[in-house]
Amino acid sequence: MTFEKFLFYVFATILVLSATMVITRRNPVHSALFLVLAFFTSAFLWMLLEAEFLAIVLVLVYVGAVMVLFLFVVMMLDTDLAAMRAGFVKMLPVGLVVAGLMAFEMFLVVGPKYFGLDKFAMPAPHPADYSNTEELGEVLYTVYMYPVEVASVILLVGIIAAIGLTMRKRPDNKSLDPSVQVRVTKGPDRIRMIKMESEIKQEAK
Amino acid sequence: MIALSDYLTLGAILFSLSVAGIFLNRKNIIIILMCVELMLLAVNMNFVAFSRFLDDSAGQVFVFFILTVAAAEAAIGLAILVVLFRNRRTINVADLDTLKG
Repeated sequence: MTFEKFLFYVFATILVLSATMVITRRNPVHSALFLVLAFFTSAFLWMLLEAEFLAIVLVLVYVGAVMVLFLFVVMMLDTDLAAMRAGFVKMLPVGLVVAGLMAFEMFLVVGPKYFGLDKFAMPAPHPADYSNTEELGEVLYTVYMYPVEVASVILLVGIIAAIGLTMRKRPDNKSLDPSVQVRVTKGPDRIRMIKMESEIKQEAK
Repeated sequence: MIALSDYLTLGAILFSLSVAGIFLNRKNIIIILMCVELMLLAVNMNFVAFSRFLDDSAGQVFVFFILTVAAAEAAIGLAILVVLFRNRRTINVADLDTLKG
């Protein structure tokens, strides 16, 4: 057993265990934290597959942004944990049977019989001066130019949707209404005439 | 040597675990969203493994786009969740029956 194989089994074990914890913990905060562990371990597995750029992106985007968002929402919502938990034990056998069957069926298809080392040999490792980021960047900005632009539009829609959904009118909002501002007329809207007695300027001593 | 089937089997186990998670936690939308993220991770694992063993960078590009869409999905999903909680004071799936579905 080579060192790489040993690393693979260590990471795979941690990944499966943390995924199990995600679905079985009572507290959603713990689930979110174990999901962070799962993403982090997957990043190391992708490093073993020499997909360095995606491994870093997974840590930055998922652990850094998406999971923090999850934690934020989990902590912001005041949920009734006991009611959420109802039916957990009742569904446990069904869930385990379905999951076990699915895993078994998929193993029959993707197992060593069709995707073993004799069918797909381990490719030679890349040379030391190989840059995964450079290779991905080259195809992203040439072959996949339009998909990249579509992805940017999707992100923009995501931003606008998230802001538009969560923004609400506050009664103490001091912002001005631009439509009222441009409809202002020259006369009474801008100046107000008041009658007053004339005053003598006081000399400063 | 790590075979391609090892990575694919790991992805299959991860996917089945998240399906079981949706079965077990079907009352809690937050955990369901987390399970969807785990499913996407399992699929991404397959893409990266195939990309490596077939020596084709298209698989990694696809993973890049899946990550983009998943991030947007998580942001919008959590925003909907926050609005839902603000209006109904609950995120229990059993209580969200306004549509009489």
